[in-house]
Amino acid sequence: MTDVVTTVGSGSRPRLPRGVRLKHDPARGEWFLLAPERVVKADNIAVEILRRCDGTATLDAIVDDLAQHFSADRARIQTDVKALLAELAAKRMMDL
Amino acid sequence: MSPAQTKSEPPAGLLAELTHRCPLGCPYCSNPLELDARELELGTAAWQRVFSEAAALGVLQVHLSGGEPAARRDLEEIVGHCAKEGLYTNLITSGIGLTKERIAVLAQAGLDHVQLSIQDCEPHSADYIAGYNGAFARKKMVAAWVTQEGLPLTVNAVIHRANISRAGKLVELAVGLGARRVEIAHAQYYGWAIRNRAALMPSVAEAEAAIAEVEALKQKLSGTIVIDHVNPDYYARTPKACMGGWGKRILNVTPSGKALPCHAAETIPGLIFWNVADHSLADIWASSPAFNAFRGVEWMREPCRSCPRREIDFGGCRCQAFALTGDARQADPVCHLSPHHGRVQQIAAELSQAGAAKSAAAYIYRRVKQREPA
Ligand code: SF4
Ligand code: SF4
Repeated sequence: MTDVVTTVGSGSRPRLPRGVRLKHDPARGEWFLLAPERVVKADNIAVEILRRCDGTATLDAIVDDLAQHFSADRARIQTDVKALLAELAAKRMMDL
Repeated sequence: MSPAQTKSEPPAGLLAELTHRCPLGCPYCSNPLELDARELELGTAAWQRVFSEAAALGVLQVHLSGGEPAARRDLEEIVGHCAKEGLYTNLITSGIGLTKERIAVLAQAGLDHVQLSIQDCEPHSADYIAGYNGAFARKKMVAAWVTQEGLPLTVNAVIHRANISRAGKLVELAVGLGARRVEIAHAQYYGWAIRNRAALMPSVAEAEAAIAEVEALKQKLSGTIVIDHVNPDYYARTPKACMGGWGKRILNVTPSGKALPCHAAETIPGLIFWNVADHSLADIWASSPAFNAFRGVEWMREPCRSCPRREIDFGGCRCQAFALTGDARQADPVCHLSPHHGRVQQIAAELSQAGAAKSAAAYIYRRVKQREPA
């Protein structure tokens, strides 16, 4: 568990654990990731990534889908997705 | 001052003290010395209205607290209402009063998270601190029921002289109980804790050892458990950003409906608090005199006024400034730039020595004052 980054394998199926949810707030017109004693503002890209973390889609499939959605470079997307998921997993806000 | 607060950001959190009743008597309890009696508590419908107003105002998370919120029979109904309003609902509990069945109903009603207090990892000491026999054993059962339900669990441990040598063990206990998060919170001296300061204050050496131990565990356990570490104020160099800034992020409602910018705000004389029975939450947030008293930076004096950290820590805690300097507009004297800072260290050193010289902690337990017969 010390090197979380290496555990984000391409076949892992990331999922928001119970007690962590993505919420759109109409009062501020923004998205937030809500977790125990945490309120984290989620930008558009984070929202697109997190919405796809349903415990069914693999990391590979999520990256493919995002690359298509944004018509962007797959390798760059993969780096961004892995970084976000690893960061959240270290805070127990993502199950891998 | 002009009513310049109309554009203030909505609050992210609402701390709802549903009741002051609690079977435990923790000597560091943050509740006020004058506890609200049961007859004064808001009813179910009144709380539901408050939560609906909170959601409309932009509150994202509600923290159902007390006292012991499970002392209210309508807790399940309240949680269900919060969930329906889309609020992230957190239950802050001692565990006493919860059963396996109640936890299942709460989970079903949409509860998002449970924060359970643990007084120590040694059963005898834990029960002594809580002033309640069997509390520790019961809490372990509650933790198991919570995780079996699939609810995320946080363990909260307040650290003080009686348990400070076991701060690391408390983290391990939390991991063993299946918690995803643990709060290691060095006692903060408000409410009952200020009364018990001499019995609670650790020495500087004990505080430093505990801080080092917990910080090392933070790294080691990353990905296993999140450790939130609240530092011991009296041994700090800069103050905490109390409540994330006065009237900036959080609103506290007492059992009888008074809206406070912080749970200790009533200790500051002269502040005028509005009640949710008379004003909407939006109105309170925008215009209540107490909320506007220390908003922003206009109220500040030197050294805060011209300090580059003034919008990072907001000058620290107003209640602590008042308690230790007699003036709520002063910098929190925990700050090394405060002219009163030396005094804080001196108090800590004197109290920790005086307290340690006495035998086992002579606590003044938190209790509802018995009324004199009329
Ligand atoms: S700190 Fe202790 S006495 Fe105070 S409300 Fe919590 S469990 Fe009850
Ligand atoms: S002087 Fe005031 S604003 Fe600056 S660090 Fe100290 S308390 Fe914070």
